[in-house]
Amino acid sequence: MSMHKISLRVNSREHELAVEARRTLADMLRHDLGYTGTHLGCEHGICGACTVLMDGQPVRACLVFGVQADGTEVRTVEGLADGEQLSDLQQAFSDHHALQCGFCTPGFLLLAEAYLAETSADALTEAQARELVASNLCRCTGYQGIIEAIVATARARRK
Amino acid sequence: MTVIGTRLPRAEDPRLLRGRGRFGDDFSAPGQLWARVVRSPAAHGEVRDLDVTEARNVPGIAAVVTAGDLPRDLVIPVRLAIADTDLSGFLQPVLARDTVRYVGEPLAVVVGDDPYACEDAAELVGIDIGGRPAVLDARQDPPRVAAELTRGYGDPGAAFARAAHVVEIDLAIGRHSGVPLEPRCLLAVPGREPGELAIFGMTKVPVWNRDLLADLLGVDETLIRVHAIDAGGGFGVRGEFYPEDFLIPWLALRLDRPVKWAEDRAEHLMAVNHSRQQYHRIAAAFDAGGRILALTDDVVQDNGAYCRTHGVAVPELTVAMLPGPYRVPAYRGRVRVVLTNKTPCGTYRAPGRFEGTAAREHLLDVAATRLGLDPVELRQRNLLTRSEMPHERPISTLGTEMILDTGDYPALLAAAVAEAGRLGYRALSAGTALPTRKRRGFGLAMFVEKSGLGPQETADVTVSRSGTVHVYSGGTSLGQGIETVLTQIAADAIGADPGAIRVTAGDTAAQPFGAGSWASRSTVVGGSAVHQAALAVRRRAIELAARVLEAAEEDLDLAGGSVSVRGDPAVRLTLADLAKVAAPASRYLKEGEAAGLSARRRFEASHMTYPYGVHAAVVEVDSGTGRVRVLRYLVAYEVGCAINPMLVEGQLRGGVAQGIGGALLEEFRYDEDGQPQAITFIEYRLPTAAEIPPVDVLLCQESPSPGNPLGVMGAGEGGISAAGAAVANAVRDALGLPGSVGQLPLTPARVCALPGAIAGPGTGGRP
Repeated sequence: MSMHKISLRVNSREHELAVEARRTLADMLRHDLGYTGTHLGCEHGICGACTVLMDGQPVRACLVFGVQADGTEVRTVEGLADGEQLSDLQQAFSDHHALQCGFCTPGFLLLAEAYLAETSADALTEAQARELVASNLCRCTGYQGIIEAIVATARARRK
Repeated sequence: MTVIGTRLPRAEDPRLLRGRGRFGDDFSAPGQLWARVVRSPAAHGEVRDLDVTEARNVPGIAAVVTAGDLPRDLVIPVRLAIADTDLSGFLQPVLARDTVRYVGEPLAVVVGDDPYACEDAAELVGIDIGGRPAVLDARQDPPRVAAELTRGYGDPGAAFARAAHVVEIDLAIGRHSGVPLEPRCLLAVPGREPGELAIFGMTKVPVWNRDLLADLLGVDETLIRVHAIDAGGGFGVRGEFYPEDFLIPWLALRLDRPVKWAEDRAEHLMAVNHSRQQYHRIAAAFDAGGRILALTDDVVQDNGAYCRTHGVAVPELTVAMLPGPYRVPAYRGRVRVVLTNKTPCGTYRAPGRFEGTAAREHLLDVAATRLGLDPVELRQRNLLTRSEMPHERPISTLGTEMILDTGDYPALLAAAVAEAGRLGYRALSAGTALPTRKRRGFGLAMFVEKSGLGPQETADVTVSRSGTVHVYSGGTSLGQGIETVLTQIAADAIGADPGAIRVTAGDTAAQPFGAGSWASRSTVVGGSAVHQAALAVRRRAIELAARVLEAAEEDLDLAGGSVSVRGDPAVRLTLADLAKVAAPASRYLKEGEAAGLSARRRFEASHMTYPYGVHAAVVEVDSGTGRVRVLRYLVAYEVGCAINPMLVEGQLRGGVAQGIGGALLEEFRYDEDGQPQAITFIEYRLPTAAEIPPVDVLLCQESPSPGNPLGVMGAGEGGISAAGAAVANAVRDALGLPGSVGQLPLTPARVCALPGAIAGPGTGGRP
């Protein structure tokens, strides 16, 4: 397999590496760069556990090749907190018991982060949050806490 | 002030929210190889040839092994043996040698430097299987019966003969399972000594798995250390001993290299335990007043191709728990465990209770219609009352005698009905000005759960020099929040701040006597062991402080992590101080006295404790498309004592979501050749947020369990137990069916075929 030299920024850090053309962004992040917070639940784009932001847009890292991230800015769950301080969204997830096993959590956090960044000026209804959350799968919580956490964060950010 | 009963934020959250959890695939070791399992493409047949030559020649491939490389007759034994059942002829081999019996059965393992290359090489293994007919319906005649079990008492035959009313229904429960979001993963790292292994990825019952692995490998069990990990959901299926749990460690020793294996989702859906699929024919005899005289159930369980580690625990629990919360003077439940050419079955959250509760509670609703009684009234006439508790039922299950220990079933049912009314469930289900095709219905079901299975759990509590209280539990972290719950229990018992507690759960070196996290036992049995060990450490801390302060122990108190003299709070010793007082070279230790501020305690439980609850659902059925939407859902649940109500509610809500999945969406289907038709999340339909309504919870703590010092009952399964029943009853109500819905899950096609749906034979809906 031929290797391709790429460069990208992950959570504001520069990385240069050589990857096989077929290597997924998820495997590259996890096993080549050590960002193991990106989780693989299905590897066929349904569960969304591997959701990361590529140039601000949520993508399924299992459906993107590493080479496609060349020249992009990628944000993973490791990039959400400010040092030891959890982000408001992360804190809301804990407050609303929006996670149990935590395996799907990074994907939901990044999905919601992208949505809130785009729409924070508008009121987020529970129905809209539910539709957003229906993008990804969680097997533990029944989704209620996740929806509440996102709605609460949207409200707090509007203030 | 105690932290028990508070909504303490979870100890697990910060690391999980930051991506710092450590799940199976997050562990790696220098020089590790990757493994890929080659699986049978055929449902049933003779293995004529396995040609691994080409695969072996792929660059970077270290080994390809088949059954011929393994010790002969290597099978995985039963963990939960039930007396008088011999399953030795039906156990799964680690690798199939002569015969394959389901699609996905392991045939070979390819090991190499790179996981992508291993997948390539695995596809080059030449597989020649002589096909045989696949058995895909457990009701086929004659069935291949692995075991038959009967539980019961009294004379149901006589009761049925004199009954005023006899009601009988058929209900089939669909094949579905836990499907945690993290696929399985294992890393086995050889150590310095021959046979020494570090294992990352085993969970649920790590000590049992360690001991079995040691036996199969022929090494001393203490050479194997199973490390504590984060697990991406358990639900019964994760952590049982599967073929890979032997293969990966065995390959690591054989190749003397770390070996890692991470399954993909398709593998998971055809390799990990299936569950649930049963056919019930259930009948009840009533007197003229609607009182149950007898209950019978005849069950066929489609167990798939083999009996795995759970043996016949699921069918046994099905018939043992079937009478539920009712006064049943005579009972007989028979279950035949039938083998088919599908993925083998094991437990899935509320094993046997989801199935049995669905059958019994659906029967009661049909009976209420026949008897002209309100379904709630029929139940109230038959529920055991508080004055009848404890209720000894002459049935054994999982090796324990069934004694329904405590509770007020009629009060909880009344409270649930009142709560549903207060929340407007009845009005919502009546619906006004609905589009013509839409029908709404209300369904309710009651259940008894079981929890706190023994025989024991052991806990170690020790205080380190920093004053941190370390709890070493035999439970494991599966996402349920065990670290938080045990933190609260330990903090309360010792008298320390929760921030000073650190829980390690599921490390076999740190806790070699753990029995694991399953059967809703961790808080009950594991928590009680931690409670006792922490109380012992508290007593020890006071004893040592008395020596230092030259005070009487009864004048001392331990609170907020410090021992102080009552009435003189200025004089105090912290737990950190006392850990040093207990250090090996301390002058405060007496001659021959063991060092350390620590204690080990074992909590024994000879009987289970039985929580109970009520589920209520409002559904909307599109009688044209057959789509069922759950609009509202209520769980009322008696838990004795909620250590952390937030976590109990989380367990209940999560369980409901899974239950709705099993009632409406999730199903492992097969084609006529035995090819699985649900091997992605496109076909295996986990519920999303669009299918799950907000879930109302009425959490009751009115009946503390008498069997443990905390008064707790398990909470892991009560959210799912009655979900099939409540949804089935609500759909039946919506369509005005006279009889049973027939089969779960209630997919659109099945709903359309029901009378009352537009496509069904009896169109026109409710009268």
